Amino acid sequence: MASYPSDLKYDKEHEWIRVEGDVAVIGISDFAQDQLGEVVYVDLPAVGDTVNAGDTFGEVESVKSVSELFSPVTGEVVKVNDQLDGAPESINEDAYGAGWMIEVKVADPSELDALMSSEDYQAFIASEA
Amino acid sequence: MSEQTAPAALQRTPLYEEHLALGARMVPFAGFEMPVQYAGIIDEHKAVRERAGIFDICHMAEFRVFGFDAFDALQHIVTNDLNKIEELGSALYTPMCAPDGGILDDLIVYHTGDLEYLIIANASNREADAAWIAKHLPETVEFNDESDRTALIAIQGPEAIRIVTELMGEEPPARFHLAEARLDEQVPVLVARTGYTGEDGVEILCHSNHAVAVWRLLLSYPEVMPCGLGARDTLRLEMGYALYGNDIDREHDPLSAGLGWTVALAKGDFVGRDKLVRIKSDGLKTKLVGLTVADGAPRHGYPVLHDGAQVGTVASGSFSPTLSYGIATAYVPVELASPGTALSVEIRRKTSAAEVVKPPFVTGTSLSPK
Repeated sequence: MASYPSDLKYDKEHEWIRVEGDVAVIGISDFAQDQLGEVVYVDLPAVGDTVNAGDTFGEVESVKSVSELFSPVTGEVVKVNDQLDGAPESINEDAYGAGWMIEVKVADPSELDALMSSEDYQAFIASEA
Repeated sequence: MSEQTAPAALQRTPLYEEHLALGARMVPFAGFEMPVQYAGIIDEHKAVRERAGIFDICHMAEFRVFGFDAFDALQHIVTNDLNKIEELGSALYTPMCAPDGGILDDLIVYHTGDLEYLIIANASNREADAAWIAKHLPETVEFNDESDRTALIAIQGPEAIRIVTELMGEEPPARFHLAEARLDEQVPVLVARTGYTGEDGVEILCHSNHAVAVWRLLLSYPEVMPCGLGARDTLRLEMGYALYGNDIDREHDPLSAGLGWTVALAKGDFVGRDKLVRIKSDGLKTKLVGLTVADGAPRHGYPVLHDGAQVGTVASGSFSPTLSYGIATAYVPVELASPGTALSVEIRRKTSAAEVVKPPFVTGTSLSPK
């Protein structure tokens, strides 16, 4: 069963974000990984790059499709999950843990207010289906 | 009945409910709602390479052609030579071309009986093929589009023949042959030793009313995995088998598509022959080649480059579950078609190194020459 931890926030492009102090960890939701199918490639930015809220920061590719990744917040990339290169399947197996993608230093915390709670996100998925 | 034309509704195969019960993800394909995957494309793909998988291919078209002039009439519209299937029960892969050499469809023709042939065609071409074939048959030849009442289920993989032998109570027919059988001493079927995966196996034809029974009999073996169109595509691409609409179409001729072995120029006149003779004597301009791609998955339509200039586009492309890297086919100029030629594929923002190879991409399957 898909799960949507309540300590995370979500956006309409199906990314999740976990805020820890002034940094935020970003990945894709269980719903997104399930829709995509087995991930075979991930393309992520480099440490030091800047990502902008609502803009693409990379892409994730399964056998059959490619999806762009959209950043929920603006900020500098301070960490990238290099493990995903050798083990992209982590995104399917552990979307909120080993499947994390980037860590961003949040430039404008007010951007977080626009994101959805777990309940809101689940309602959003249900309304899209 | 309403006078208005309703938007074309998607058709369902007799196995639709089975797919839903198995948790399949359904997608529109060639006018049908078809399963693209159940457990996942990679798992399904590997099941077929290692054990056995079954596929609902009921969407495909079946035509039956009968009459004293059936041989002559069909021989005139296919490029391969029907004399190769003089033996009853044997099968032939063949393109069917327009007068300009463009491929209208690729078919399997089975010599099912005296004066009788069964043709399996692509679902997307059903209406066009039926019209084209019927137009080229004399009145003495009977033509039936049996697609609606005919189900087709494939079982493929190294374990497939053992399973089918158990269900038939005897060995299935030899490669590229078909035979009547009763599965589990009950369900009347035709078993054809053909397929589209590079693994040994059969394709089972039966009346639509029996499709669910056949599907369940096959699935009663725990080693059998239901497989969707996703795995079917990656399996066939690893073997370099052509897919109509991607690798071959109205704009390409069978010689450029690497299907020269299916073009029997010596058999006598047939539709498209003059043009194909000319293409051959003039020399090919482009050729469909295999490409291995270093980084990323090539996909249909992506540009193929040589020294920075575009020389073609990807016809079929995918991540190969067996090889764990990208593979593709593409039409490229003949001077760039030799195995070992260095090309590249533009995969969205990046350019990935590619090398021309001669398919099959994957060897050592249950059908590979030992």
